[in-house]
Amino acid sequence: METLREYEWGVAAICGGMCSCATCHVYVAPEWAGKLPDRQSDESDLLSELQFRQETSRLSCQVRLDDALNGLSVKLAPEE
Amino acid sequence: MSTESHDHIYIVGAGHAGGELAFSLRQQGSTAAITIVGEEAYLPYQRPPLSKAFLKGDLEPSALYLRQQAAFEKANINLLLSRRVERIERAAKKLVFDDGREVTYSKLALTTGGRARRMTISQAAQAERAKNFHYLRTIDDVLAIRSRFEAGQRLVIIGGGYIGLEVAATAIARDLNVTVLEALPRVLARVTAPELSAFYEQVHRNAGVDLRTNIEVTGLDFNADADAITGVHCTGGVLVPADLVVVGIGQLPNTELAQAAGLDVDNGIVVNEFAVTSDPDIVAAGDCTNHPSVFCGRRIRLESVPNAVEQSRVAAATLAGKPRTYDAVPWFWSDQYDLKLQMTGLSHGYDQFVLRGSMNNKSFAAFYLKDGRMIACDAVNRAQEFMIAKRMVAACKPYDAAALADETVPLKNLAPPPPAPAAAG
Repeated sequence: METLREYEWGVAAICGGMCSCATCHVYVAPEWAGKLPDRQSDESDLLSELQFRQETSRLSCQVRLDDALNGLSVKLAPEE
Repeated sequence: MSTESHDHIYIVGAGHAGGELAFSLRQQGSTAAITIVGEEAYLPYQRPPLSKAFLKGDLEPSALYLRQQAAFEKANINLLLSRRVERIERAAKKLVFDDGREVTYSKLALTTGGRARRMTISQAAQAERAKNFHYLRTIDDVLAIRSRFEAGQRLVIIGGGYIGLEVAATAIARDLNVTVLEALPRVLARVTAPELSAFYEQVHRNAGVDLRTNIEVTGLDFNADADAITGVHCTGGVLVPADLVVVGIGQLPNTELAQAAGLDVDNGIVVNEFAVTSDPDIVAAGDCTNHPSVFCGRRIRLESVPNAVEQSRVAAATLAGKPRTYDAVPWFWSDQYDLKLQMTGLSHGYDQFVLRGSMNNKSFAAFYLKDGRMIACDAVNRAQEFMIAKRMVAACKPYDAAALADETVPLKNLAPPPPAPAAAG
């Protein structure tokens, strides 16, 4: 999320990473989806009510970038 | 179009609203020069972590920045920091800075935010000079608090609002001895129902906070050098020894600049639904505005990040010549201990309180109804129901109280469906 926020068209990330708002919604490229840490219940709960939710939806504040994710590709979901 | 290159939009106030407004202008296609003026030395930053993660001591100031310096440079957004605007000369469209320099604006955005409400006891001025007395609004405030935030220290928090309670929770996690003093009969009295206040009071007491309500600060004791507070005197002859005092008794909007410039001000800078002030060349957004709420049917002033972000975008759209109305439903959050509180709507004026779930299990949603309609919801550790409640509150429809409380029926079954997805992507 912090990485995406740096872009002019970044995520809104209103709550700043507290997993409280679902305004940092992204679609993870399918080849990466299985390599990310599993969703915790808060993230799943918030995602479940998003109208633009897809199979590979994630809240980017819950995905910490490390070397294993070097090359990760995501697409920003439309704002709700 | 050709005139735009001469345009210079100034944004006064480098908080969450100011930073968001600047980037939103670029997203809306503005090619004007953009300058954000801020009194603090820091880039626009998030304030909510100040009473939580930042206070705990595990973050650098730059971790709070909305965006880092490079992003501002890339978007060609100028930052004029540690600089105050002394006055606005509207007739000449000029800003006068504290160093006497003047600039001309084509459009102006006021995102001046708020400041901590100060104590009014007779010793307030002396207290504010003491090295262990702090309000909590800025990074510098918290850096100062942090330097004394050590296990065993006796922390006295004046004010049982969200800031005070979040500081209490953070302090308990760091093994300080914590006392909270609230003048009203219950904590969070202005923002939530007695049931929620009682719940939070119990949680804090169970965590070890000495939480006292109905108690007012009457005076302070100082050390021999008179540069540090040693105790807090309260009504009833109570004296609470203190190593550190943090005051969280509310916020005041920064409206003086607007008022002196002759703009309409009434508990906030008065703006319309397009975030325009009484001067068509000046917009305002965030904590400092008094704005019409479609949802509430009246004018309101909000102290919240979502409001700052969403209203800033409306203000930017106005400046970019693509006006749209601000009609968002307010929402808020507060994290204390293991409790994730998410709130939507404004509960003021409710006539029915409905509890779904269990306060004992720390998992519930509290609904506020007025004439049968849901006007607000406070959800604790119920993120999904919070998301659903946001839609229910926005829909402004009547709901059956018994059905809301019935956990055998998924809340989703009662709520309006989410709007049909537009073509994604």
